Amino acid sequence: MGVAYHEIQGARDDEGQLRGYAPPRASYRYVLLAVAISIFVAVALFAASRADAAPVPQAVQSTCVDCHSALDGNLKVTGEQYAQDVHAQKGLTCAGCHGGDPTSMEAMDKKKGFKGHIDRKKVPELCATCHADGAYMRQYNPSLRTDQMAQYKTSVHGKRLAGGDSKVAVCIDCHGVHGIRPASDTRSKVHPLHIADTCSRCHNDGKYMQPYKIKHDQFAGYSTSVHHEALTKRGDLSAPTCTTCHGNHGASPPGVASVVHVCSTCHVFQAQLFDASPHKAAFDAAGMPGCVTCHSNHRIVHPDDSMVGTGAQSICTTCHTQGDAGFAAAGNIQQQLAALQNAIGKSDEVLTRAERSGMEVGEAQLELTTARDQLTKARVTLHSFAPKKIEEDIKTGQVTAEKTRLAGEKALRERDYRRAGLGISLITILAMLVGLKLYIGEIESRK
Amino acid sequence: MSAFALVKDWLDERFGWAELTKPLRKKTVPMHRLSYWYFLGGITLFLFIIQVCTGILLLLYYRASANEAFESVQYITTQVQFGWLVRSIHSWSANLMILTAFAHMFSVLFLKSYRKPRELTWITGALLLFLAMGFGFSGYLLPWNTLAFFATKVGTEVAGQVPLIGKWIVIFLRGGEDVTGATLTRFFGFHVAVLPGITTLLLAVHILLVQKFGMSVPPSVEEQWKRDPSAAREMKFFPNFALREAIAWYIALGVLGALAALSPWGLGAKADPFASAPAGIKPEWYFLFMFQTLKLIPAKVWFIDGELLGVLGFGLAGAVWVLLPFLERRNWNLGRVFVTGLGVFALAYIAVMTVYGFVAK
Amino acid sequence: MQVFEATSSPRDGSNYASPTDSRRRRFVQILLGGGLIASAASFIYPVLRFIVPPAATDLGGDSVVAAKVGELKPNSAKIFRFGSRPGLLLLGSDGEYRAMSGTCTHLSCTVQYRGDLKQVWCACHNGTYDLAGKNVGGPPPRPLELFDVQVRGEEVVVRRKREG
Repeated sequence: MGVAYHEIQGARDDEGQLRGYAPPRASYRYVLLAVAISIFVAVALFAASRADAAPVPQAVQSTCVDCHSALDGNLKVTGEQYAQDVHAQKGLTCAGCHGGDPTSMEAMDKKKGFKGHIDRKKVPELCATCHADGAYMRQYNPSLRTDQMAQYKTSVHGKRLAGGDSKVAVCIDCHGVHGIRPASDTRSKVHPLHIADTCSRCHNDGKYMQPYKIKHDQFAGYSTSVHHEALTKRGDLSAPTCTTCHGNHGASPPGVASVVHVCSTCHVFQAQLFDASPHKAAFDAAGMPGCVTCHSNHRIVHPDDSMVGTGAQSICTTCHTQGDAGFAAAGNIQQQLAALQNAIGKSDEVLTRAERSGMEVGEAQLELTTARDQLTKARVTLHSFAPKKIEEDIKTGQVTAEKTRLAGEKALRERDYRRAGLGISLITILAMLVGLKLYIGEIESRK
Repeated sequence: MSAFALVKDWLDERFGWAELTKPLRKKTVPMHRLSYWYFLGGITLFLFIIQVCTGILLLLYYRASANEAFESVQYITTQVQFGWLVRSIHSWSANLMILTAFAHMFSVLFLKSYRKPRELTWITGALLLFLAMGFGFSGYLLPWNTLAFFATKVGTEVAGQVPLIGKWIVIFLRGGEDVTGATLTRFFGFHVAVLPGITTLLLAVHILLVQKFGMSVPPSVEEQWKRDPSAAREMKFFPNFALREAIAWYIALGVLGALAALSPWGLGAKADPFASAPAGIKPEWYFLFMFQTLKLIPAKVWFIDGELLGVLGFGLAGAVWVLLPFLERRNWNLGRVFVTGLGVFALAYIAVMTVYGFVAK
Repeated sequence: MQVFEATSSPRDGSNYASPTDSRRRRFVQILLGGGLIASAASFIYPVLRFIVPPAATDLGGDSVVAAKVGELKPNSAKIFRFGSRPGLLLLGSDGEYRAMSGTCTHLSCTVQYRGDLKQVWCACHNGTYDLAGKNVGGPPPRPLELFDVQVRGEEVVVRRKREG
């Protein structure tokens, strides 16, 4: 036989079968087959999954909704809206604002106190009957403010309403009318994420704002700003929206003198440095607002180093011209920032190359972030407009950037050393392979 | 007589080498167009030996506590001379070993080397594959980085789906309810003591069985040689086949070195148990086909929980796989086709699911 | 059946000792022997270097000497390097050392200690934390990670909190 393995003599019978061999019963083959088939069938079956319904707090039942959910236009109030309304959930029914007696068949009887549609001019008053009453609101939420009406009266909207203008915003325009959610609910129209959209319903409408001769580009500007990005993309609820700077119930634009106060509530350092800088006196004398002159009020885009200096996009050259001290300082500052930016860029490039070839440079990369922090700090110190102060931050950053760049170069040298080592060992292995092949060829010969 | 011959004779008088190695010197390997597949088993063994050696070297510096594990691996790759090399070889060789183990297994399947009398060789082999995957799973956690931590969390969670004893299995594996430093210590114990011990035993049995029965010849070649006995060829193992095997091993060594130097194994960030799992966490590639299957099974099939069905399914598949030789009987032609069909299906399924797992988000 | 065996006779059955054959044989022997030694050396050399422990035995990143006793006045603090990130070591007016991460959880600026507020403060956006690292004011969304502090002799040693 041609097969070469070691076999015990006489292991096979005359037919070549191994002795002591007995074929199994047929039945267990089919059991195995059945099992295999059932696995396939089970996996092939797909069942629909039930959708989970989110729990909804129950609102007090109101018979008004039974009819009004079927009406159209202004009269339509659906059961869903009603169920989601925070007032309804706390027990305030339709009659609480509209009057009347929902339990009777003459619910809309004026004699029973039904008020019907509430006139816009009367809305703030109506809401304030509860919301301005401290003792009353304490029953529901003791930490809710009760000065909204007082604030509203000081706002542009409140003043104009008092003068007879019903086109201005009243409570229901921002908060909604049926289906009012608390401001902390992310679906509420006055949740920080949605405030800008709510304000822009009027303030972004050219036709609507035309009689007041107010610009309507604020929302467009704000939408491109870093604050809007922080709010909507990063979900940072501490980022400012319209009401942060203008106030919510007492909404008014901040004046030229006060706008700096608004910005400096968050941007403390920049404001302090600016106040100590020569620009403060100069701007005050010219009646120019602090932060807004360079950064704009609504279209606050991410600042760029090109805003400083003597280049085409520079803001400094709006006032400064060639020859004055400020012009020279501007150029100096820009050069310093660019120098540090370059140093960081170089270091980053070397480290990335080293990392891509598999070297461990995590520590150096983390240290490079301190250089980036220094650049950020320098851009804050910039508001002092004193090149010497900025120089300190820049120099610290450059030292770190240089250090990390050297670490990256070292990593690259190590990588080259490893590759050289690999090359050598591959050559020795190749020699072995060739040697083995030749040796095999030599010891084998055909007879 | 040379010194070498003197020592040899002295040892032979006491150990009886000559007697023991006589069958080895007579060992032959059948040579046919499919003989190249015979190398796979040896390469897998070679990679395992590499694992043991690099593993022992790593043991000189590795510290198995949650506070120090990551730092010790970082230390090895950045401070210890050639530490990067030893560690990267260990990681790459682990993956290559599992790959060659799978290839070896499927080649044995399709060349039908599991037939009588080699059933035990197959069974020990299948168990060795499971042990290799256990090595992979336990070893993966040891650097204690983010990926490893969450992959272990997900992996041990699945074990909890086993009915009745699932909860206890999870507690046994994790050394507690959650994945903590206790899990790390335990996995370390599995990886360097328990699994090597069991593997050595099974490997010894597996290799001895191969020596006893010799290399099997695939049925198609067997037929051919039956018809024409003069076409049958064999090669002596020592030194002819062994030298060729040495070529294969050297090539494997070169590949490992190149991989370690050109594409070193990364380390990532230290595990933070309180951070949320990064998006798209996946296990290592050799578990992807199971992971992807579990993801695709709907939450409920009939009245059975989907994940439970998946776990039971794979458990059953594993059991069938180990007992594969018994599905084939000489008198049942369908059995041969069935086993080959099962093999093709398994290979295709694993390949497709693995690729799917890679590209899926 | 055909068997491939090691033989030392050349293919054409001619006499063994022809010059080209013995030179060729020599070449192969050198290649094999040399290759074996060279490849073995290229494996053994790294292993030997590996076994010798490096000079720096400190694993790094886990514990660090943040300050010397007496370096800090009560109600003051210093930034020290912990791994590759800043840490804040503060000595309260009650004489207690406290240590925490120095990276603000808002936008990663480095925090500082305000003796007047007796709070940890971030200059970037006015975030504040109490002495236990909890974020109590301003934008920071999460507390600062606390570290273990031990006074060993003249040294104040800061360590990552031990796992439970």
